[in-house]
Amino acid sequence: MSNLPTLAVWKFASCDGCQLTLLDCEDELLSLAGQVRIAHFLEASSEVLAGPYDLSLVEGSISTPADTLRICEVREQSRLLVTIGACATSGGIQALRNYADFEEFRSAVYASPQYIESLATSTAIADHVRVDFELRGCPIDKHQLLELITAFLAGRRPEIPDTSVCTQCKRRGLTCVMVAHGTPCLGPVTHAGCGALCPAVDRGCYGCFGPMAGANLPALTRQLRQGGMSAREVDLVLRTFNVAAPGFAEHREDR
Amino acid sequence: MNRELQVRALTRVEGEGALRIAIEEGKVTAAQLRIYEPPRFFEAFLRGRQYTEVADITSRICGICPVAYQTSAWRAIEDACGVSVPAEIAALRRLLYCGEWISSHALHIYLLHAPDFLGYLDAVALARADRPAVERGLRLKKAGNAVLEAIGGRAIHPVNPKAGGFYATPAGADLKPLAQQLARALDDALATVAWVAGFDFPDRELDCDLLAAAEPDRYAIESGEPATARGLTFPPADFGSHVTERQVPHSTALHATLDGATYLTGPLARYTISSARLSPVARQAAAAAGLGDTCRNPYRSIVVRAVEIVYAIEQALAIIGSYRRPAVPCVEVPPAPGTGHGVSEAPRGLLYHRYLIGSDGRIEAATIVPPTSQNQAAIEADLLATAQAGIDLPDDELTALCERTIRNYDPCISCSAHFLTMRVDRG
Repeated sequence: MSNLPTLAVWKFASCDGCQLTLLDCEDELLSLAGQVRIAHFLEASSEVLAGPYDLSLVEGSISTPADTLRICEVREQSRLLVTIGACATSGGIQALRNYADFEEFRSAVYASPQYIESLATSTAIADHVRVDFELRGCPIDKHQLLELITAFLAGRRPEIPDTSVCTQCKRRGLTCVMVAHGTPCLGPVTHAGCGALCPAVDRGCYGCFGPMAGANLPALTRQLRQGGMSAREVDLVLRTFNVAAPGFAEHREDR
Repeated sequence: MNRELQVRALTRVEGEGALRIAIEEGKVTAAQLRIYEPPRFFEAFLRGRQYTEVADITSRICGICPVAYQTSAWRAIEDACGVSVPAEIAALRRLLYCGEWISSHALHIYLLHAPDFLGYLDAVALARADRPAVERGLRLKKAGNAVLEAIGGRAIHPVNPKAGGFYATPAGADLKPLAQQLARALDDALATVAWVAGFDFPDRELDCDLLAAAEPDRYAIESGEPATARGLTFPPADFGSHVTERQVPHSTALHATLDGATYLTGPLARYTISSARLSPVARQAAAAAGLGDTCRNPYRSIVVRAVEIVYAIEQALAIIGSYRRPAVPCVEVPPAPGTGHGVSEAPRGLLYHRYLIGSDGRIEAATIVPPTSQNQAAIEADLLATAQAGIDLPDDELTALCERTIRNYDPCISCSAHFLTMRVDRG
């Protein structure tokens, strides 16, 4: 009935914030709905169309036995599969379990842990199926999401720079919080995309977009230690929303 | 004849849930809101984190109400550390929270709930019939997000709030465009109340107790003490002695009870307990929309949410109107060993946090009780009664009615499931 390309949105273990980012495109949502057929987006629509789908946006990490199978079905149904956000791209904050005693975790929250179906790890979508593109962030940036969908509609590669938060911070003309105030900042090693939100409020970047490619972690961690942070404090800042991203995980002392 | 109705994936709710109704010989024997959202074990991995990290980490429990998580978290941390913030910082925090109420309620009213009343599958289909209405909803949502961005630095998982206040505060002049946007949004909010007041509301009255934070002289948002419709009030520190959680067999959820009984938190509870403390404009809008002093009809929760948007916008405008930039963006919160309790009114209801902090500022224990897990038993009780009353309907109509019943409560499954994934077996 329509020749529009179909869009599907899928959720795995997550907070819903990345798919909410699509609904937060208040100015673009209705015109977008005229250019793609929203075929599967449970949070937004009770109309659920069968696949295959031209573009699948996948939020969340794989953390249950059932989800290891479901993601394969999503892949089979999707021409292009794009992960949105830190959970889908690196396992999210729930990947902290990967470095802990999972049985102890489970019984710490539940009186009868035998009822809880959950894997001992939380892993990225790319650990399970082929992924065509990864959009970073906890949460993703709305402008990057729109660029991604626009590029898909135009049949081109999205223009999403793989540089550091520092490059965006400089372009905004912000004062470097680390140089000027000695505030610990992960900007030099963190993937760009947020627009340097934290330095804009006099806060150091806390790495919610995860590591950029080729980040020089040893140089930064040395700087953080010289600035007075303990080894534990350095580990903690690398153990948040992208704890399992190799670029961060390989440089923690606790791993 | 035995029937079983199932919805394997509920739509237009936040998070992953399913529905099962079992009917045996004309009697509904089970009505389950099953939540298959995977648990994320926040309470487990918060242990060992630094007390200053808790607000950022717990905001990741819910992308729709991150400010609620941040607020209940810093309330508990500041309670444990014996710190209170100056009035100017407290006002900015209320302003930030108003943004979340506006945005979250507009999302639920226009994109998730209204299509049920008007017979559409989603807001896109609704927009084909009435584009100005959906555009009004999106404008309102955008105004709420504008508040979150101006004060919080980001709409989802704000970066600016922290224990003790904020990293930075806006200059007064920076808030002027926001005030203009909110003044226009107030018209949209009043139009929203009038719009939803015209919907058809089936008769339904909940008789369970209601729980909401309340304050003596205003409608509670980011502060207040837990209060019940039956007249009980208790400090946040007593939450655990009134509300008990119990794991149900074959369930990954704990069911909460208030002094042993099923109860409801959320807009109906807030309105019923505190409608007299709304602003005159909000009260007038409520009266014109046919709301009395109390509201126990879950279908009419959409009207209460619309009235709360009016109130939140007025509050935001008042706070901006009398805004004086705080002398300092935050106060010091030195770590102190002990337990702290925090409650605030998330858009979906009362959200309780408790932390035990060690002498070095490390979190030793964390307890988080989100609104939807508190509401679970009340939602299922309503489902049971609704399914029983509609038992003569054909399967598809009865299933749709049950889905609607769940949506009335705006369940935030992402929130609840991260502690408690619910799968109830009443067998």
